[in-house]
Amino acid sequence: MKKSFKSGEIFIWFTGLGLGVSLIMISGLLVLIFINGSDYFLPASVINVTKTDGTVLLGQITRTEEVSKYDLPEELKDETYKRIQLKTGNREIQGFDFIWVDERDIRETKYPEDAVVIERLEFGNFYGFIKEIKVNGKVKPDSDATFSSILTGYLNKTSNIRKEINAVEKSEIGNLNYQIEQLRLKIKKIEYKYRGREEQAASEIRLLEQQITEFDEAYKTLRHKVDSLSSIGKKFTVVCTTASGIEKEIPLMSIVRVYSPNEMTFFSQIGFIAAKLWEFVFEEPRESNTEGGVFPAIFGTVMMVLLMSIAVVPFGVLTALYLREYAKQGAMVRTVRIAVNNLAGVPSIVFGVFGLGFFIYFVGGTIDQLFFPERLPSPTWGTGGILWASLTLALLTMPVVIVATEEALAAIPRGIRESSLALGATKWQTIRRIVLPAATPGILTGLILAMARGAGEVAPLMITGVVKLAPSLPLDSNFPFFHLDRKFMHLGFHIYDVGFQSPNVEAATPMVYMTTLLLIFLVVLLNITAMVIRARLRKKYKSSTF
Amino acid sequence: MNDFKLETQVMPEKTAAEIKKAGKEHPDKNKIVVRDLNFYYSEVQALKNISMNIHSHRVTALIGPSGCGKSTFLRLFNRMNDLIDDIRIEGEILVDGQNIYDPGLDVVNLRKRVGMIFQKSNPFPKTIFENVAYGLRVGGLGKKNKSETEELVEKSLRQAALWDEVKDRLHESALSMSGGQQQRLCIARALAIQPEIILMDEPASALDPISTAKIEELIHELKKHYTIVIVTHNLQQAARVSDLTAFFYLGELIEYDKTTKIFTNPGKKQTEEYVTGRFG
Repeated sequence: MKKSFKSGEIFIWFTGLGLGVSLIMISGLLVLIFINGSDYFLPASVINVTKTDGTVLLGQITRTEEVSKYDLPEELKDETYKRIQLKTGNREIQGFDFIWVDERDIRETKYPEDAVVIERLEFGNFYGFIKEIKVNGKVKPDSDATFSSILTGYLNKTSNIRKEINAVEKSEIGNLNYQIEQLRLKIKKIEYKYRGREEQAASEIRLLEQQITEFDEAYKTLRHKVDSLSSIGKKFTVVCTTASGIEKEIPLMSIVRVYSPNEMTFFSQIGFIAAKLWEFVFEEPRESNTEGGVFPAIFGTVMMVLLMSIAVVPFGVLTALYLREYAKQGAMVRTVRIAVNNLAGVPSIVFGVFGLGFFIYFVGGTIDQLFFPERLPSPTWGTGGILWASLTLALLTMPVVIVATEEALAAIPRGIRESSLALGATKWQTIRRIVLPAATPGILTGLILAMARGAGEVAPLMITGVVKLAPSLPLDSNFPFFHLDRKFMHLGFHIYDVGFQSPNVEAATPMVYMTTLLLIFLVVLLNITAMVIRARLRKKYKSSTF
Repeated sequence: MNDFKLETQVMPEKTAAEIKKAGKEHPDKNKIVVRDLNFYYSEVQALKNISMNIHSHRVTALIGPSGCGKSTFLRLFNRMNDLIDDIRIEGEILVDGQNIYDPGLDVVNLRKRVGMIFQKSNPFPKTIFENVAYGLRVGGLGKKNKSETEELVEKSLRQAALWDEVKDRLHESALSMSGGQQQRLCIARALAIQPEIILMDEPASALDPISTAKIEELIHELKKHYTIVIVTHNLQQAARVSDLTAFFYLGELIEYDKTTKIFTNPGKKQTEEYVTGRFG
């Protein structure tokens, strides 16, 4: 024992133990997130439960737990009973999505083959049985074999109509609205400029107003197109019955997908999972973010991290260069360095408050007063936006970049600088041509750390520009393409919002876990990209081994 | 101290070209003149009252035990010590009659005239070609003047006896070369900016005997065109390559004379003890 202390062997075991514990914690976290999130895209079987009191329930099991002893009557205290949570959907009929069923109350369970789950745009899932399809109010003959193919055909039709309506509304009507808004702002600007002598600008304003009327006309035609499309779509409906026999007519236009999990083959399950994943990553959220995809949030997160990187790297590197290369090393520089290191430990919400006060109210407010006075009191830049959020995060992550860059600069051999200077290079030339290239891998390490921190940060964003649902992306086809004043969505905030602010928390739980997994994946992806670049540079600039 | 004939006369008014020519014709002309030099690292005096003349187109070796100030002294000639905070210099160093510690002097220009080779070869993490062209590039010979750059690079590599070894892989990383080649590359790099004086700070101390022999041979060649000052720990090397030798001890210049005299018949007892290996 004593010997193993002396030789240090026991400490090797301790170090190994430390590593093991860390690995277990990290992989445990990932597994937990993955298992909980997998509910989101795995098609669970639909179970039909008949209770002893005669009620019939149809739904998917979401959770199973032991009934607490305190909930059991005295004589059953020593028994163990389970209860299951069923997702029964049909919110508009029953008023709830989930119900707990005690094992003791169950008389009979079965898995009916023809039970279907209908994912809808509104009111969550529908669980039940399809009775018939109606087109234009007429009942379509129900010949069993072709039934599902007919339904699929109609669903394809309606989903195409929906896509078309979406496209018109999003891009064409969106563009028109944008242009009308721009013209309106132009008029406002002219009115502001010529206030007191409006008659001078009257002709100009009239011209712009005429343009607005033209756009309004165009808008009306588009609106008409949308209306006629949706009236076609509305003709298709499907009549279903719930487990308790209530009939419900659902328009096909509001159906995302229909599936019957109990008769799914392995391959259709795979297809289902793929479709769900695709929807999750590439589509927009529905039902106050608890269903659908998170594409705008992914987009917002990536764009914000990139903007942050663009801002943080130049400033961080310049600061570190001054501190390490130019400033006279002494008490002052030491103090600054300590201050920078401490800055890394300041709670992020403090940075958020600073961003709100400085960037939004002061900088943004000043810009508004100088350049957009006609729009006041409604702010243009004086409100949260992706630019201000990115700059706030850039401030937050600056210490990381500064420290990493300083380390990288310090690690460059003195000889290599001296030989550059001895060849008649000026100090700046030496920094530009020798020092900075050799320090790039170190700077990228700083950037990787900064990105990892920035992408996961939520608190400062909540007050500098993140919203629950952004109507448009900060990058689109309208000139000038980058709309940095726009509010945006963010995965981290999405997790918070869906998990804790949504009206239907229970239904959103798998979504929260999936979003978490996605955020982790995104951070890893961004980091791997930076690491690959760094590895390439390292190879190029590996310092002399001699 | 200097009991052989030295020209102490300074030629202040002549142009650089004239000086160079004059130097070639009269190899014993003084290229560098050091007068009453005192050097301090904050409070510590590293060099004490040094006066000496360094001759044009000669190899001058600076020898002495570790910490005697010979490297510090060498690095004064291209103002490399400027990089260190809190130093103080008294006295003057004249290169071609001009005081290089004159406040108005352009240090970058000085360093173009006074090249330096370091103990550790430290090629830049660039290609072989770019390493040699570096001094030209920072000196303003841009990528436009491609042919001139190429010419100078080839000439420098030939002078450094490296051309035949690397001419087929000029665009490979300099870090792929052997240690001896790297050091000769550093010499080529210094030669490319066409200096007048080359300072060498123990250029062969980290090399194997064959590479060392090559460097020494090179020094013999270079002496025809350049004034060379070399710091070395290796007494045999000093004896082999130098024309003049200065012995430093504890920041003082003990003895400065022709190399043959220093090694065969030194004037001071300390020098004798050092060169015969009794201390150091």
